[in-house]
Amino acid sequence: MIVRPYGDTLDDGAVQLSFTLPVADGPKGREAARLFVEKLGFKHAEIVHSHAMAEGFSFYVAYGRTETSVDFDAIHIEEATGEKIYTMAESCEVIRERLGRKIVIVGACTGFDAHTVGIDAIMNMKGYNHHYGLERYQEIEAHNLGAQVPNDKLIDYAVKVNADAILVSQIVTQKDVHIQNMTEFIELLQARGLRERFIAVAGGTRIGNKLAVELGYDGGFGKGSYADHVATFIIDRLIERKHLA
Amino acid sequence: METKLALSEAKITRARELAARIVEPVGAFVDAHTTVTVERATLRLAGADGADADGVPVPNLIVDQLKGRLEEGALLAYVNALVKTGETVAGLNQKIAAGFNIAGLPLGDRAALEAKAQELVRTFSARVKGNRAHREAKLKQYEGRNHSPMLYLIVATGNIFEDVKQAQAAAEQGADVVAVIRTTAQSLLDYVPYGATTEGFGGTYATQENFRIMRSALDEAVDKQGRYIYLTNYASGLCMPEIAAMGALERLDMMLNDSMYGILFRDINMYRTFVDQKFSRMINAFAGVIINTGEDNYLTTSDAVEKAYTVLASQFLNERFAQVAGLEPWQMGLGHAFEIDPTLKNGFLMELAQAQMAREIFPEAPLKYMPPTKFMTGDIFKGVVQNALFNFVSQATGQGIHLLGMLTEAIHTPYMQDRSLALENAKYVMNTMADLGGEIEFKEGGLIKTRARQVLDEAVAFLEKIDQVGLMDAMERGEFADIKRPRDMGKGLDGLVKKAPEYFNPFEAYLKAELGLEN
Repeated sequence: MIVRPYGDTLDDGAVQLSFTLPVADGPKGREAARLFVEKLGFKHAEIVHSHAMAEGFSFYVAYGRTETSVDFDAIHIEEATGEKIYTMAESCEVIRERLGRKIVIVGACTGFDAHTVGIDAIMNMKGYNHHYGLERYQEIEAHNLGAQVPNDKLIDYAVKVNADAILVSQIVTQKDVHIQNMTEFIELLQARGLRERFIAVAGGTRIGNKLAVELGYDGGFGKGSYADHVATFIIDRLIERKHLA
Repeated sequence: METKLALSEAKITRARELAARIVEPVGAFVDAHTTVTVERATLRLAGADGADADGVPVPNLIVDQLKGRLEEGALLAYVNALVKTGETVAGLNQKIAAGFNIAGLPLGDRAALEAKAQELVRTFSARVKGNRAHREAKLKQYEGRNHSPMLYLIVATGNIFEDVKQAQAAAEQGADVVAVIRTTAQSLLDYVPYGATTEGFGGTYATQENFRIMRSALDEAVDKQGRYIYLTNYASGLCMPEIAAMGALERLDMMLNDSMYGILFRDINMYRTFVDQKFSRMINAFAGVIINTGEDNYLTTSDAVEKAYTVLASQFLNERFAQVAGLEPWQMGLGHAFEIDPTLKNGFLMELAQAQMAREIFPEAPLKYMPPTKFMTGDIFKGVVQNALFNFVSQATGQGIHLLGMLTEAIHTPYMQDRSLALENAKYVMNTMADLGGEIEFKEGGLIKTRARQVLDEAVAFLEKIDQVGLMDAMERGEFADIKRPRDMGKGLDGLVKKAPEYFNPFEAYLKAELGLEN
């Protein structure tokens, strides 16, 4: 199946865009914006709004129509979890029945990143958006170490509490600092011969499963992920490992 | 102030009594101690500046040289070195940066040292009073040109020169306050980097040179826009008082400066923080700086409905810590935030109740109101609506300092267009409902009055509990933000020093005298 953006008619290819140009607002700026949208490949490019923002900067809202399409059937996604996501109750039941012991998960926002919002959304008792966090799971012993935790300290702690999985949260992504930090974590695990001992999971608003796997993690979770997804992934991996062993 | 919520005066008075009782024993501890950064801040007020070839700042070099002698105050050795070498302050700084050790010099005549110290105090006093006078003159010249509430924007590129462009654009778009967000690691550095900086993550280093560069850029904008632009930075973390000192010298106008934030959210040792916050607040008080407190942070870790009382309780404590450091009510930008789950039925009414309650309990404080962050998503269109509701509450309840909500809050540090759209949103909402607040009365027995009373009741009960166990024990038990902080743990404890009876700090004495605090 071939798909294009939908405005009000199938295949009309309608798209809205907004952007800033480093030029003054005015007829010339608007024409520059329209030409830019056309150059992106849009037909019927229209600048529907512009305003001056600061000296030499202007903002544009544009609409255009595209003939570009994608083949929906040819797409394969690489999410960490499949179709089935366990609820909290289901997670606990699967842990009891299939693993027969509590599982231990350690998490932190690592490096200099001071934002606990991501790791808290996944781990805190309260959770986020009506999805309870891992601390609430009866069959999970969850340790949230907070923010600005050095990678080696996180690993030390995971060894100390005999963790099954380590969650690494990264929110600040300016200048790709998260990539450096996430890479360092995996390298430290490898250098200490611990990579296979833990299920390593990365998370953050700009982190997807694809990136995480590329960097050597078992899985990654981005925007829209809750504790349910993370728990499902870890539980299924642990069951897999148990069967392999 | 007109009251719409009919809150119990007796309960508000009780909360203030409790806050005073809770803060008092902490104050006794604070007055008996100093820290490495209090000493470095004192040296900075005296003029110590610069760095050695490895980038170690001169105030740190001095404090390291005086290890084991800090109990007598670092300034003593510094003025002694000035007297003994006959150098100017700048000359001595250069020598120290080049490796000169001032610890070895025998102490000179006490009267000469004290006279030299008084000379440095006078230089400092003249500069900071001059800064205050300049600010006051500009505020008077452009009176009535700032928005109410003041619109506050952040810049955070990591590069001070790029920040300057963004800040000038923000001023041109209508911002009243520009804050330069600090690089994410800086709160845990036990030194303040030197010079202009162009690298940072999620923000820009707070350095004295960066302060000077931004101040000068915004001063241009002040006269161009015909509106005073308040420059804001962070007197928080391990160098809280040093940053306050730099801000006083370079005429910053606002400082994020909370009495407990570093303990709870940065795991800085509580003894260290309590000592540091006092000296930093005395400097801010003297410099005419408006502090911003960090109560909004409670709501990013805890639920904004269940834990609303911790915000109010912390406001009472921050107010008391501010009073005993000499800050006037107009300098107390007590914080709170619009962080209730947007899917909650009548959540907006609770936001309105909380904001109106804070307004009535702290009538003279320029309350600092933070926008939604926790429930902002990639749905920028919904984000615009969340921010519009936030703007409405702020205007209707007369908040003082209004942090503009960014539609891309959950996505990236703001683009220029994000700031512009935020300003347009706020200006539209605040203008179209400019006088609505004055028209509103709340129904007796209705949701809003009931909610405000409930939060006040809970805050009083919470303060009663803290009063019984003591503030430090309460923090050890995790009473604030569900975070437990043992008193002997956390960063920076090794920088705490008990003052000797002969502790020498004429800057501290001068500030206390100027602020009418007991010596």
